[in-house]
Amino acid sequence: MEMPGPAELTSTGAVPTAVALQDATVAFRLTGARVYTAVEKANLAVAPGEFVAIVGPTGCGKSTLLNVAAGLLAPAGGSVRIFDAPLSGLNRQAGYLFQADALFPWKTAIDNVAIALEVEGVPRREALGRAQGFLAQVGLGAFSHRYPHMLSGGQRKRVGLAQVLIRDPKILLMDEPFGPLDAQTRQIMGNLLLDLWSADRKAVLFVTHDLEEAISLADRVVIMSAGPGARIIGDWRVTLGRPRDITEVKLDKAFHDLHREIWDALKDEVMKGYAQSTTATTGT
Amino acid sequence: MSRVTLLSLQVLVAIVSLVLWQFFATVPIMGHTVLPPFFFSKPTDVIRQIVDWFVTGVIWKHLAITLWESILAFAIGSFLGVAIGFWFARKPLVAAVFDPYVKMANALPRVVLAPIFALWLGLGIWSKVALGVTLVFFIVFFNVYQGIKEVSTTVRDNARMIGMNEAQLMRHVYWPSALSWMFSSLHTSVGFAVVGAVVGEYLGSAAGLGYLIQQAEGVFDVAGVFAGMFVLSAFVILIDVFVSLVERRLLVWRPTNTAEVRG
Repeated sequence: MEMPGPAELTSTGAVPTAVALQDATVAFRLTGARVYTAVEKANLAVAPGEFVAIVGPTGCGKSTLLNVAAGLLAPAGGSVRIFDAPLSGLNRQAGYLFQADALFPWKTAIDNVAIALEVEGVPRREALGRAQGFLAQVGLGAFSHRYPHMLSGGQRKRVGLAQVLIRDPKILLMDEPFGPLDAQTRQIMGNLLLDLWSADRKAVLFVTHDLEEAISLADRVVIMSAGPGARIIGDWRVTLGRPRDITEVKLDKAFHDLHREIWDALKDEVMKGYAQSTTATTGT
Repeated sequence: MSRVTLLSLQVLVAIVSLVLWQFFATVPIMGHTVLPPFFFSKPTDVIRQIVDWFVTGVIWKHLAITLWESILAFAIGSFLGVAIGFWFARKPLVAAVFDPYVKMANALPRVVLAPIFALWLGLGIWSKVALGVTLVFFIVFFNVYQGIKEVSTTVRDNARMIGMNEAQLMRHVYWPSALSWMFSSLHTSVGFAVVGAVVGEYLGSAAGLGYLIQQAEGVFDVAGVFAGMFVLSAFVILIDVFVSLVERRLLVWRPTNTAEVRG
């Protein structure tokens, strides 16, 4: 599980990185002078076109790490590099698919997608045309004039995906995007994501608490320890072939072997995380 | 229950009440009238008064004045509420400094301001408009303020990740959210605009529905008071229907306003 540090990667110049976190530490100020360290010295490198899943127990700071990569949160220590340039402010190269509903409820599906282009100055007519194309790609061509509340949870995620992809970001950040969906819809969305991703491989950082989802989607699975002071404690390469069908790949023997191996490392942390979430006062 | 049945039952309630009122006001029971016409008038007199107002055309002038005052109060109150609501929501320091004063002003029963406004602005329409503005302003202000504060963090983060700058955030995120809150309180704020106008007229004026009621009361013309009340109710209901129509157009994206469609 030894992982080369991002510094080594860039210094050799052999392997460029899309996202490189080096000793990234994230801390929040609590009431008074107390400080809660969510993530401690995390090192993570994602190569261009690589699909990396982050798995960890509840409340371990997975989403926090994603927000750091997005530039929504500044790390208290360490550095963030995006395509080998230090990140300051928002990460303009990244698209972010949120866990919670992030669509604008007062805009129709097509307006929600088109706005992502309009803010860049694309004329409205052209933006609407391209948005319709992206909605068709995610299978919602016939629903473009519905408002978000008229769509199902899965359909809203599809609109969200179109909204993110239409800007053609080099990096995709996904925070348990399919978490709120039912099991069948999750599988359908997983396959849709893999289809879209395989067309033009973007670097993906996919946060989930579902190990099966992580293995079936990703090229690499990264494991985080329970917080506070969560660290990255494991890094596995997924050698399953592509293109994958995430329903069928789960029947593969290699899938099961990898699942068992990672789960052995993960389960203690899951128990720790669970114990902490059930005790009211966490000692910090 | 079908619409027709419901409507006929609703009409029935009105007819029964009017018949009972007329009966107890005119037919003595065991030697004395239950509802003496001096205090309670009777439906036939009230209807005659209303018909008289409309036939002679007296009422139109008063209705027009009250409507105009309400519209002005609503427009000015809303404009100020939106402007200051936005300002406070985007500048937390300003909001914090003015917070106790806003609370104090809002806690004050607005009726006590009527004499002051009459003194400052005279007995014309502007003292009534001012009273209405003080009522409308706070409703719109609090809703706009809340509407901006309540924009979900996820939606805001998403807007920023899409690449919106501050002006675009304002236009595509804060503005629609604030407006939706303001529109959802449209019934209340329009209602208060009318209340401000009528109360102002009642306390001192030369025209308007409130004036009409106050005049009738001054000469113990109970039929006139009731007639004024009924015309006022009908007036408010008409405005409310109009507001509902506007609301349905403006808030199409709200889940409660259209049938839920799930795919």
